Amino acid sequence: MPKITPKDLARIREKSRQSTTLREGAGRAKVTVHMGTCGIAAGARDIMSALMKEVESRDVKDVLVTTSGCAGLCSREPMITVELLDQPPIKYVDLTKEKMQKIFEDHVMNGNIVNEYALAVGSERAH
Amino acid sequence: MEDLSLHILDIAQNSIAAEASRIEITIREDIRKDLLSIEITDNGAGLDSDTVSRVTDPFYTTRKTRDVGLGLALFNEAVESSNGNLTIKSQKGKGTKVKATFQFSNIDRRPMGNIGETLLVLIIGNPKISFSFLYQKNSKKFSFDTELIKNSINGHLQSSSENIRFIAGTLNDGLKNLGVSA
Ligand SMILES: Nc1ncnc2c1ncn2[C@@H]1O[C@H](COP(=O)(O)OP(=O)(O)O)[C@@H](O)[C@H]1O
Ligand SMILES: [Mg+2]
Repeated sequence: MPKITPKDLARIREKSRQSTTLREGAGRAKVTVHMGTCGIAAGARDIMSALMKEVESRDVKDVLVTTSGCAGLCSREPMITVELLDQPPIKYVDLTKEKMQKIFEDHVMNGNIVNEYALAVGSERAH
Repeated sequence: MEDLSLHILDIAQNSIAAEASRIEITIREDIRKDLLSIEITDNGAGLDSDTVSRVTDPFYTTRKTRDVGLGLALFNEAVESSNGNLTIKSQKGKGTKVKATFQFSNIDRRPMGNIGETLLVLIIGNPKISFSFLYQKNSKKFSFDTELIKNSINGHLQSSSENIRFIAGTLNDGLKNLGVSA
C-alpha cells in the first residue's frame, strides 16, 4: 500500500510555491461539469476524465475544473459550462470525449467559442 | 447506471448538495461472507425520519429543477436486484449515512467499475470538501484521505496538472496493489 511520504508532500509544496498565479478563484478559466443523476447516467464522469486528461497532458495550471449539480436539462446531458475571465458563461450540451477535447483546445485554450456544440440561447428551459 | 462506482459518485453528489464538508466512502469486499458493502457518510444537512422513509421513492425529491428524484431510487434498485439491502440513517443538522450491502457472487450484482475515477472526480471537482476513502478487500486495505495532502495544495488550484497527476497516481497505485481493476 503506497503511502504519501513527507518527500511527496515537500515536492508538491515546492511545486505549488513556484506557481504563484494559482490561488483559488484566480484561474484564467473555469470549466464546470454538471454531475446530476442524469448527467452521470449520460457519461458526465467520462467527460470530466477527458477534461482532466487535457489539463494533465498540456500541463495547465490556471484552469479551474469543477463539478456542480443538475442543470435541469436532462435530455441534453452530458453538459459543461465554460467561463473565461470577463466573458459570459457558455453551456455546451450532448457532449462526447471528442467534443470535450475540441472545446478545450478552441475555447478554453484559445478563447474561441465552439458554436456548433453550444446550447442555443433561449433553449435553457428545464425538462 | 451500470457500475456501482457511478452510483457512488451520484450518492456523494447528494452529500455535496447537502453542503457536507466531509464525506467518507468505505467499500468492503468479504469473500468468506460473500458480501460487498458500500457506505457513504457525510456531515451535511441531513433529513428527518419522515423524509428518510420516502427517499427511495422515485417521485420524491426536494430539488426544484425537476419533479422526480432518481438517485436513491436507482441505487435501491441495483441493491435489491442482487439480494442486498439499503439503509439510510440521517439526523437533521448532523449528517447522513447511506449503506448498501450486496451478495458478492450474485449474478445480477453490478460490477464496481472504475472507482478510482469516481474518487478523482469527487476530489478534483470539490476542492473545499475533505474526502476519506477506505477500500478493504478481505484482509488487505487501501486508504486515502485528502486531509493528508491539504496543506500541500491549499490556496492553489486543486485542478492544476500536478495535483491531478499526483492524486490520480496515488489512487491508481493503491487500487492496483489491492487487485481492484479499473
Ligand atoms: N446525503 C443527503 N443529505 C441530505 N439530504 C439527502 C441526502 N441524500 C438524499 N437526500 C434528500 O433526498 C432527496 C432524493 O435524493 P435522490 O434520490 O438522490 O434524488 P435527487 O438528488 O435527484 O433529488 C434529495 O432531494 C434530498 O432532499
Ligand atoms: Mg441525488
